[in-house]
Order: sequence, then C-alpha cells, then structure tokens
Amino acid sequence: MSGALLSARGLAVTHGAGTRAVPLVHSVSFDLARGQILSIVGESGSGKSMTAKALMGLLPPNVTATGEAFFRGANLLDRGTSPPRGTGIGLIFQEPMTALTPVLTIGMQLTEAMIVHGLADPQEARTRAIQMLDRVGIPNPKQRMRQYPHELSGGMRQRVMIAIMMLLEPDILIADEPTTALDVTVQAQILDLLRDIVRDTDVGLILITHDMGVVAEMADDVMVMQAGRVLEAGSVHQIFSVPKDAYTRALLAAVPSVETVSMNAKPTDNHALLSAKHLSKSFSGGRAFGIAASETKAVDDVSLDILQGETLALVGESGSGKSTLGRILARLTKADRGSVTLGATNLLSLEGAPLRQERRKIQMIFQDPYASLDPRQSIGAAIEEPIKIQTTLSKAARQERVAQLLTRVGLTADMARRFPHEFSGGQRQRVAIARAIAAGPELIIADEPTSALDVSIQAQILELLSDLKSENGLTMLFISHDLAVVRQVSDRVAVMRQGTILELGPTEAVWGAPRHPYTKALIDAAPIPDPSRKRAARSPILDTFKVAPLSEAAPGHWVAL
Amino acid sequence: MRILSDVPTRSAAHGFWLRLLRSPNGIVGLSIVLGLVVCAIFAETLAPHNPSKMGTGGRFLPPGRDFLLGTDEFGRDMLSRILHGSRITLLVGAVAVGISLTTGMLIGMVAAFQRGWVEAVLMRGTDVLFSFTETLIALSFVAVLGPSLQNAVIAVGVAGIPFYARTCYSAALVETSKPYFEASIAAGAGPSRLVFIHLLPNVLPTMIVVATLGVSTAILAAAGLSFLGLGAQPPTSEWGYMLAGSRDYINRAPWLMTIPGLAIAITILGFNLLGDGLRTSLDPVERR
Repeated sequence: MSGALLSARGLAVTHGAGTRAVPLVHSVSFDLARGQILSIVGESGSGKSMTAKALMGLLPPNVTATGEAFFRGANLLDRGTSPPRGTGIGLIFQEPMTALTPVLTIGMQLTEAMIVHGLADPQEARTRAIQMLDRVGIPNPKQRMRQYPHELSGGMRQRVMIAIMMLLEPDILIADEPTTALDVTVQAQILDLLRDIVRDTDVGLILITHDMGVVAEMADDVMVMQAGRVLEAGSVHQIFSVPKDAYTRALLAAVPSVETVSMNAKPTDNHALLSAKHLSKSFSGGRAFGIAASETKAVDDVSLDILQGETLALVGESGSGKSTLGRILARLTKADRGSVTLGATNLLSLEGAPLRQERRKIQMIFQDPYASLDPRQSIGAAIEEPIKIQTTLSKAARQERVAQLLTRVGLTADMARRFPHEFSGGQRQRVAIARAIAAGPELIIADEPTSALDVSIQAQILELLSDLKSENGLTMLFISHDLAVVRQVSDRVAVMRQGTILELGPTEAVWGAPRHPYTKALIDAAPIPDPSRKRAARSPILDTFKVAPLSEAAPGHWVAL
Repeated sequence: MRILSDVPTRSAAHGFWLRLLRSPNGIVGLSIVLGLVVCAIFAETLAPHNPSKMGTGGRFLPPGRDFLLGTDEFGRDMLSRILHGSRITLLVGAVAVGISLTTGMLIGMVAAFQRGWVEAVLMRGTDVLFSFTETLIALSFVAVLGPSLQNAVIAVGVAGIPFYARTCYSAALVETSKPYFEASIAAGAGPSRLVFIHLLPNVLPTMIVVATLGVSTAILAAAGLSFLGLGAQPPTSEWGYMLAGSRDYINRAPWLMTIPGLAIAITILGFNLLGDGLRTSLDPVERR
C-alpha cells in the first residue's frame, strides 16, 4: 500500500442552485487505498449512490458536486477534469441486463472498450477478453464471446460486466449494489469473485450497498450514511462491535440474520386449514395457432398443507415457482391441474358469485407497496372495499372499522381521506396490511411483503404482521427469498426450486439440520452480518439433481431425495 | 425504534390546475381554447353583421375599417362568418371526439377486462379498421349516409374509434395487471366494481389527453370533408367549406383563403398545446 489511491475531502452534492438549492450529500471525506474495500452503507435516500456518481462525473443535469476528490493528482470534481471512466475507475451497476447493450455480442462489448482506449489491437483484445472471461469464472469463454446478453443468466451477466471493467485495468472499482438484483446463491459467487479480484489485482473497491450482511462479509472499512451525511466511519469490526451512532445501532438491530433463532417456532399439531393437492401450472412462451412453442413448468405437482394458525414460509430463488404457487392458492392464477381445499370447499372448482364470497377467507399482501394501492382511491376507500363487498355493515359501521384498522396498523384515523401518493413505502404497506385483514380473512398470503422496503422499515412491518397474526388467529403463507427473514417469522418452511418442493419441515429443524443439498447451499450462501465470523466453505450448488417424491425423514420433516 | 428515513413522497394532490397553469404550453393552449369557446357562445353578439346576408357593402372587399376581415364573393362579412363558424367547429370537434372516445373506451376496456375470445374479436376487428386510413373510412361513411354536416361528424367520429380503442386497451391492460387490481379481485370485487371504481378512473387521465389531442384531428378531418363538398352545405359558415369556396379567388382575394385557414391552424394549435399541457400535468412521472 502506497498512500491513498483516492482521497475525498468535503465532497458535497447539491440539486439546483441559489435559493432553491437542496443539498443531497453534505461534506463527505474518505481515503481509499490499493487493495482496500470501502463499503458505503445506507438506506434509500442516504446519498450513497450520489457520492459514487459524483466521483464518476455521472451526476444528472441540475445536480452539481463541490469539494475535492484527488485521484492520480487531479481533482475529479473540477469541472475541467475529464472523468477517468473505464481506465481509471470502473463502475459496476446493479442491473447487469440494462448495463449491457442487448444488440451486441458480449465479445464485442468486451473488446470495444480496450480498442477505444487504445489498450490493444483487435487481435490482442480478443485474446485478453477470453482470458478475462475465464478469470471471472465463465465456462467456455470462446463460445460465450459470440453470445448476446439475453442468452446469459443474471449472475453471468454481472461476471461479464466485471470482466469488461477489469480489462481496462482500472485502479478503482465502484460497485453500486452489484448483487441486489441477484439470487442469494449467485450473490455469494459474485462477492467471492470481487474479493478475489481485489486481492489479486490490488484495485481499491468502493462497495455501495444497503445490505449489512454483504458489508460484514466484504468490507475492510465502512462508512454509514443517512440523509446525505456520514454518521460514522471506521473499520468493519469497529462498526459492528462498538457502533457509536444511534442510527448505526438501530440499523444493526434491524438486520435479520440467518443465525438468529426463530422466536415463535413451535411445532403445531393443528389440523390443516388449507390443503393443496397435486397442483401444476405451466406457462407457454410464444404461441402460434394454438400450439405452444415452449413450455415452462412453474409449479410441478406440488402438494402442501397449511396448518391452522401457523406461519408457513415458502422459500426459493427467482423462477422457483413460489409466487405462482401463492397466486394459485389465492385464485389469482388458474392451476392446470390439482385441487385446493379450504374447509370443505374446493376453491379451484368455484366460479362467479360463490367464488367471490369465498375470497374473503384468503387475502394477499403484495411486494410493491407503490403498485398495490389504487392511485385514484383514497386509502380509506381501499380499506373499506373488502368490508363493503363481503359484509352487510352500514356505512357508519364500516368507517368506524376503517378507523380502527388504521390505528391498529400504526397510522391515524384521519388519514383515511388521503391518497396513496401522500404516503411512504412503509406506510403504504401498512395500508395494504389493513386492507388484507379488513374483512376477517383466515389465511394471509404475503408475497415478499418487505423486499421493497428499507431494512429498518422491514423490521417494523414484520413485527406488525406477527402481532396481527396472533391477535386475530390468522394463518399465514409467507413467500420470500430472504432466508434470514424467513427464519425469523416462520413456524415451518418449504424450500422450492424449479416448481417442486425439495424440503419441508419445522423451521428450526430445517435450519439446524438441512437435509437437502440445495437447502444447505442456500443457507450457506446467505451473508451473515458479523464480520468476526469467517464463513465456512460454501457448499457447491448443484445445477441438476434427480427429482424424487417427498419422503418423511424425521417426524414432520420431509425431503425430496 | 426510531422511524428511519421513511418519509412520504411529497407531491401536491390538488396541484393539477397549478401545474397546468405553470406549463407554458398549457396556459397558451388553454387561452386559445377558452377564447374559441367565448367566440362560439357569444357569436351572435360579437358578429358585426349577419353571416349569411349577401351584398352588405360590396363583394371582395379587402380587410378594412368597415369589414375587419373583408367580404367574400357574395359580399358576406368574413369576420361574422368566422365567428359563427367557430360554433360549428367546436361542435364538430366535441361530437366527433365524443363518439370516438366513448365507443373506443368501451371497446378497449371490455377487451382488456374480459380477455379470451371477446378480446380477440374486438381487437382484431379494431385492427382491420386500423388498416384503412381514417379519411377513407370517413369518406365511405359519407358516401353511404349522404353529404351533410351531421353525417360528416358521425363519419369522422366512427373513423376515430380504432385509435381510441387501441389506446384505451393498452392503458387498461397495464392497469389490470397491477397488484391493486388483483387485490380488489382477491377482496371479491365483481366486474362492475372493478371496471367503474378501479379501471375507469385510472384510464381516464390518459384518455382525456388523447381526446384533447384528438379534437384537432377531428376538426381537421371534418373541415377536409367540407372542403370536398361532403360536409357542411351552403350557406353554413364552416371553416373547411369556406376554405374550399375561396379556391377560385386565390389570386383576386387571397384573404378569403388565408383567414379560415389561419382560424383552423390556430384552433388546432390551441388544442394540441392544451393536450400537451394536460399530459405533463396529469403524468405522475413528469410531476416529480
């Protein structure tokens, strides 16, 4: 290490000018050395991305940066300095699909930058590109050069993105939420790769993230930001073991960990509230003259009981079919085959008015709080809707119930007349929860209810859900990709992959002794928010495995092996 | 625990008019359209002469003190004719767009809501109509119904249906796939509630903008039909018809052609600017 590679002093970002200027980032100072991983962590609106954009000269129009950021002897924030994008500082984005050009082969995208920057002639560029693809762990690099971005998986695309940046031999890499759009097992691989690259090439890495688990696993130093200010900076051990700022402490307390033992996991021997048998659903892509060109089995012969009063978690990565299964149970998607019985009725055979009546018993909470409320309907009317449809209460009684519900979910009764856009994401999710419980359902299906929320808000929403559940004697199906959250809230857990359930059992049994190799890999891949823990070697992830029927390995613990 | 960084997104709920009046396009467009409405309502009072009375002061008088915009080949006062023409123009625009908008929205919403074979029949039918130019459809309608202003308006209205149906269909399709719509289905809402409480209010802003922009197209199309002699019949003061009638005198009395032409151009400009202003002030993305 030879002094600071990048040295920022009093970096500030402002939107607008003159009297209407709004500061977005206040006076940020830090040093980045070779081979160092500096993590900037914060929730949405903290200014962490703005700081990085200022360094790259990628600020949106009408936004200006002031202060100093010295890199290779030049101040990056001076208007005259041309930003050393690519050869000096490489940027890795969150969404690798949009960061790559869809109409060019990845080979062209890999070599183009090298040729443009005059680092290599086309022949040499190609050789180096292939070597680099191999380095970032892409199998068959020669064949991959001819492929287009859409032919690669999300993880592969992010590897290509890293390869493009590394080919230009930058001194600094800035990664802005590089793994947020990826599945947990893929995230683990990309983080490993980034760490290897920093160790081997001695670049400095600025890692911007909201995920404390990722910070703990990767960072040497941490900078905690909130509302444009740096609240605390220090080594990762210092931040995690003796956080000085109250915000940092609150943030750390809100982070769920896969290691935290579930608080409410108690085995229930209740009867099944809902029983699904042999559910299947395929989606066909591209249809011509009634003949499906391709078919994807989203849900493949799944049978599942949801017990009275429990929280059953449905865990899986993207494309596992967990959301489709939830939607089939809520009768929002029609199953191809199978039955869903609630009480004595088969939900799948109902239509029209009887179905609409039966719908009262199952309500859904969706992931995106911004889209799950009608923008042209006051939140009072939204919460009142299920009561109006399902009961014969008078208008006054309905409004009283709305007021009660609003107060119960932590809002105030006078907010009923306001519209969704006047609320924050967390508040909207509270409204959506109030709407879901309004008509007295028996089963709540929550599809990633906290994935779109900041971690501290997530903690509040989870607490609210758990309180409401015990108050009202609800049963819950909790669909999530986040293993830490799942462990915290669920009594039983079902692990899904490629449309089938691989493991099903009491949460603590599954976490304590996962029996299916995929479950093991999934749990190992989840980052742990504790930097003092060196992680065990990751279990390899099997791409294919034989499909077997579920069999009972221990009482109540079923595995497909 | 402290509530961290969970601040509501601020955006004015009642700021629609404010936003419209702040946008330069909106204010200019609104002024032109309002001016036109005033002209149409008070045409009787504002017009200095009877628009159909011939030989008031002489034929082909150039714009001057007595006749501000001159007189035409029969000695009729051009200003009075233009003022009275604004009534017809506005009525034509409103009625034609009304026909296209209501029918188009009905088709679009039903198709997006019902899906299945209903969707297939309605949208393929729309596609067939789409493959002919609007003018051709309007012309064939007038050919069947006979030339008159009323039939021209109906023809223009019908010719516009496919466009409105398509636009409404795609807007409705987006809304029906949103979680709030599904939440309402999950609550047990029936078709009428889904359509009138959720779908219609969310599709309407888009359609209002489209309709405002469409008024100008409709006016132009109706004026075109009148120009061809298939719309307004003499002695109606209709701008398109006035334009057509003045063709023979373009060298002798150029103002006869210029004035109705300008009137049409300004009207269309007004509606287009208003539509653009509405688009920016109703669009939540532009608002931020």
